[in-house]
Amino acid sequence: MNNGTANAHPPGGAPAIELRGATKAFRTPSGALHTAVRDLDLTVGQGEFVAVVGPTGCGKSTTLTLVSGLEEPTEGEVLVGGEPVSGIRPEVGFVFQQDALFPWRTVLSNVMAGPRFRGEPKARARERARDWLGRVGLAAFEDRYPHQLSGGQRKRVALAQTFVGDPAILLMDEPFSALDVQTRALMSDELLELWGGSRSDGRKASVVFVTHDLEEAIALADKVVVMTAGPATVKQVFPIGLPRPRKVESVRLEPQFIELYREIWSCLGEEVRITRERGASHGA
Amino acid sequence: MAPESITATIITDKRVRGRTEARARAARNRRLLVLGARVLLLVVLLTAWEVLARTKVIDPFNFSMPSRIWDQIAQWTLHGTAQGSLGEQIWYTLYEALLGWITGVAGGVVLGIALGRVRFLADVLGPYIKVLNALPRIVLAPIFLIWFGLGPASKVASAVVLVFFPVFFNAFQGAREVDRHLVSNARILGASNRRVTLQVVIPSATSWIFTSLHVSFGFALIGAIVGEYIGATKGIGLLVASSQGTFNAAGVYAAMVILAVVALLAEGLLTFAEKRLFRWKPGSPGSER
Repeated sequence: MNNGTANAHPPGGAPAIELRGATKAFRTPSGALHTAVRDLDLTVGQGEFVAVVGPTGCGKSTTLTLVSGLEEPTEGEVLVGGEPVSGIRPEVGFVFQQDALFPWRTVLSNVMAGPRFRGEPKARARERARDWLGRVGLAAFEDRYPHQLSGGQRKRVALAQTFVGDPAILLMDEPFSALDVQTRALMSDELLELWGGSRSDGRKASVVFVTHDLEEAIALADKVVVMTAGPATVKQVFPIGLPRPRKVESVRLEPQFIELYREIWSCLGEEVRITRERGASHGA
Repeated sequence: MAPESITATIITDKRVRGRTEARARAARNRRLLVLGARVLLLVVLLTAWEVLARTKVIDPFNFSMPSRIWDQIAQWTLHGTAQGSLGEQIWYTLYEALLGWITGVAGGVVLGIALGRVRFLADVLGPYIKVLNALPRIVLAPIFLIWFGLGPASKVASAVVLVFFPVFFNAFQGAREVDRHLVSNARILGASNRRVTLQVVIPSATSWIFTSLHVSFGFALIGAIVGEYIGATKGIGLLVASSQGTFNAAGVYAAMVILAVVALLAEGLLTFAEKRLFRWKPGSPGSER
């Protein structure tokens, strides 16, 4: 049954992403030092889909910014493809939680943005952008502006904007959390489909998918990582042996899914409780 | 379908159509009412002024009256002013205001964006800009008159200093307040620092900048007029000054009316340009949807 993680380590190849004892501390506006991530060890194999779950505000997103190169770790190492991360790498794609489309650009121009920033000729960028807009089902909307689209459509544009860059590493920060429940299930299925056939060389991208929705995590991933209450570090890793291809709506009714859910929730629930109690004691 | 249900449909249909028409009529009536009230208010005010002045309740020499102001405008239009034709005066003032406005806006935008993006520049220049801004800049007009003489240059200079600061502060704020997710996204997508500035920061700052453009064109006119008022060879400000010098109250009012018309026209042009530029923006609630 466990075919989901079969291609996690191709012989001789380095893991796609590796965090070794990574720590990130921020200076808060009041001057205090806030540790978002502490001593984090995490490995993501080539083509592996890893979901990271944890209590709200525990530092899951910070982990992604470290891998993306937007931020540097205060301590420890972050390796992508076996090399330490220094700055933004072209093979990394990032889908944000918030709307990050450029509101003054049309849908087509938004999808073209990445290739154009990287110096691709206009005609070729347009052609590839149109192709991806077609794949996310928005070919008819290329002249619209983002504000004229629904939340789900905007998310599709964001996916196209990311996938058009042919990312080998795909970082997703609660990408569907702002969507309604039905749209969310649809988008999850679409994501799995796009991920399956995303790369030009036929290989799958390695994904880190941050979410606070455990169902979404189990339905999508090969491996679910449970984080502790902040500062975040890895509490436990659960391999998900559900067969692929999956359909999000039907997979969650399977007994194996329910068993996994129960097992992981008993681990995650404790951290959620800790976070909530802390919040209450802070009077927030 | 049973005959009674058909008639019922027809009746509801009619009723619905009747309601839509009634609503449209009500909206039209309201528009007419507002317009009518506006015109009435103006007429009442002007008539009251005219009557009070003619009956000598208020001193017509000091306060003038609408008919004299109208005569003054007509005379200037038909026979020209003491300094030359009226068109030439308007053109002079507009030219100075526009030149000052463009220079001030360009300087304000460039410096605002630069300081908003480059922390070092902001830290070094910040206090000086605050000090300059605290200065009531209109007092610089006499200095400019001494430096640049009676010609347009001194008026342009006073318009520039008035325009620069509001534009600068808005551009600075706009560059600072760019949604950081947009910047992160652009960087992830491979944008260099220069690209981020040109294609993310400047577009998102434009709505901030445009807000200041409206106000600052008014400031440019003030700069030009005050400059002319203090000393000039041509322009509407000079008309005001010379009318004042000959105790011609109607002349001062007439110049004011001309200025108001010019300012409104410029404002209209700006709004038009803004609408074209901001097609990507969602309409304000009520205007769309």
